[in-house]
Amino acid sequence: MNTTYSRQRFFTARTWILLVLAIVGALTAIYRLAIGLGPATNLSDSNPWGLWVAFDVMCGVALAAGGFTVTFGVYVANWKRYKPIARAATLTAFLGYLLVVMGLFLDIGKPFAFWHPLIFWNIHSVMFEIVVCVTLYTLVLTLEFLPWLLEKLNVLTPFKDFLEKRAVVLTLVILGIMLSYGHQSSLGGLFLIAPTKLHPLYYTSIIHHLFFLSAICAGLSMVSCETIISANMRNTEYESEILEGLARGSAIALWVYFLVRIIDLALKGKLGYVFEGTMQSHLFLLEMGVGVVLPMLLLSSRTVRRSIPLLLFSHGLVIFGVILNRFDVVFLTETSMRGPIYLPSWEEVFITLGLVSTGILFYKIIVTYLPIFNSPSTTQQV
Amino acid sequence: MAKGVLVDITRCIACRSCQVSCKAWHGLPADYRPSDGRYTSPESLDATDYTFVNFIENSGSDVVWKFVKEQCMHCKDPACVSACPVGALQKTKEGPVVYNQWKCIGCRYCMIACPFNVPKYEWNTTNPWVRKCDFCADRLAAGDKPACVSACPMEVMYFDDYEKVVAEAKRRINTYPEKYVNKIYGLKEAGGTSWIYISDVPFEELGFNTSISPVPYPSRTWGPDLSKILWEEAGLLAILCGILYIRTRRNQKEEER
Repeated sequence: MNTTYSRQRFFTARTWILLVLAIVGALTAIYRLAIGLGPATNLSDSNPWGLWVAFDVMCGVALAAGGFTVTFGVYVANWKRYKPIARAATLTAFLGYLLVVMGLFLDIGKPFAFWHPLIFWNIHSVMFEIVVCVTLYTLVLTLEFLPWLLEKLNVLTPFKDFLEKRAVVLTLVILGIMLSYGHQSSLGGLFLIAPTKLHPLYYTSIIHHLFFLSAICAGLSMVSCETIISANMRNTEYESEILEGLARGSAIALWVYFLVRIIDLALKGKLGYVFEGTMQSHLFLLEMGVGVVLPMLLLSSRTVRRSIPLLLFSHGLVIFGVILNRFDVVFLTETSMRGPIYLPSWEEVFITLGLVSTGILFYKIIVTYLPIFNSPSTTQQV
Repeated sequence: MAKGVLVDITRCIACRSCQVSCKAWHGLPADYRPSDGRYTSPESLDATDYTFVNFIENSGSDVVWKFVKEQCMHCKDPACVSACPVGALQKTKEGPVVYNQWKCIGCRYCMIACPFNVPKYEWNTTNPWVRKCDFCADRLAAGDKPACVSACPMEVMYFDDYEKVVAEAKRRINTYPEKYVNKIYGLKEAGGTSWIYISDVPFEELGFNTSISPVPYPSRTWGPDLSKILWEEAGLLAILCGILYIRTRRNQKEEER
């Protein structure tokens, strides 16, 4: 059985670069575990959270939101046209969460105490809720992914059939959406307790809802880019009907996010801060202008929704906007913890690059050997 | 009985006995630090300094020095205690907010949550702990005063039951209204703290964050987010099941046709 599901060559120059980055990242991770968090990073008392929290955890979780949004569309809302991308979206979420868990493991000061939240509960802690939801959601994603692996290996067929029963799939999907809602919003909810540390443009009592809404935008854009890029790689035709639908969904999600954020600022009388001319207000304008309003207007146009390059551009802007937003919230807008400017150390950069490369590599391996795109259940031809 | 401490800023002469006694009691190392021309040393709290005296030059018409001893405020309803995912930080009924390093996972959320930026981290070890003033909880348990309070030659700090401490602060302000500004810092901030301050110059000139609201910090995450999460999840479950039911039925009807 040497079926490959993706017909491109596996070892291209790009694959080698990814492989090298992944290995360097893994070695750096071992080094970080050996010397400790402080020595390996540029974190300090004035910048307790840095690149790993902002990118590996905050952005990682947001960009993996395509998993629950697409499975909602396919299984709950029963929009069958999106079925071909359901597996790819779930796979992205699964790999994304594995990386987030790895990132969290390396970011906590005592990595080998990672299991403590499962024993010592503090239900008043947002961090506790995040740890529980992320752990359970990773488990749900594993169960959603497992049947494809078992199908390939041709083992444990009864268990695979059980996992593929409609009732089981639906239960997992609904659980996944509920868990996603819980921790996507709570990543923003973390900052509810730091009212004096965030800039007024970013601190709001609805920051957790904003995080959930922006995660939906990020997830849809990631899935769209992925659908375009993987069609490109496999030399198959673009699934234009799906892409147009995703673009319409993104436009709606961006409009909702934009209106909620602006109305919230207006109701709290904070619109004046938008043009105050500080670095924080410039970043806000960049984030909202380039990352939200521009793609929102672009994706609202039918011409854009039917052009592959413009779609890629618009969705890229959305992803840029969400990443910038998470960075802004985590450290650029801290107004009270002033100290030396934080720049990540080489260890932090290499580990982040390594994690991303590992994710892409595994994605490539899995779409090559497991039925993700061309499976009997997703398309007619085998 | 919950204990408290009143810090009377007008009395401090900046001898730093509190810093030295704190290090001695907690067995904290004292390392050499080159001077950068400022008198304040160390320049802030850190993993080996649970307390320090901040030297503030008040540049008015004539130069006046003010000395502010800083340490953990030991909030009545602490942000850090609610933030910690594993409950490594706890508020004891005697007043101290104490830390259990065996539970801690090192997420540093307490540092983000604390409105006074008190918890500090050991950035140079492989097994780092959060470090902060523990109100000498062990000394209190033995019926003694905190080390810094015992060491102070000027009686800057008044240690007693919390109610008596607040009454003493009010008594001093009322007895000498021309001397003190009419404010007790820590009485309302973040819902009230076990350590409170009185001063003869406005607190914002002494580096105190006076924009901290009287709302207890834990309610900020509990109110809008965590307390509602189960209801929101139940609502979400109902909506998802509703959509699923409607859409599945419609599909079945279409197929029948």
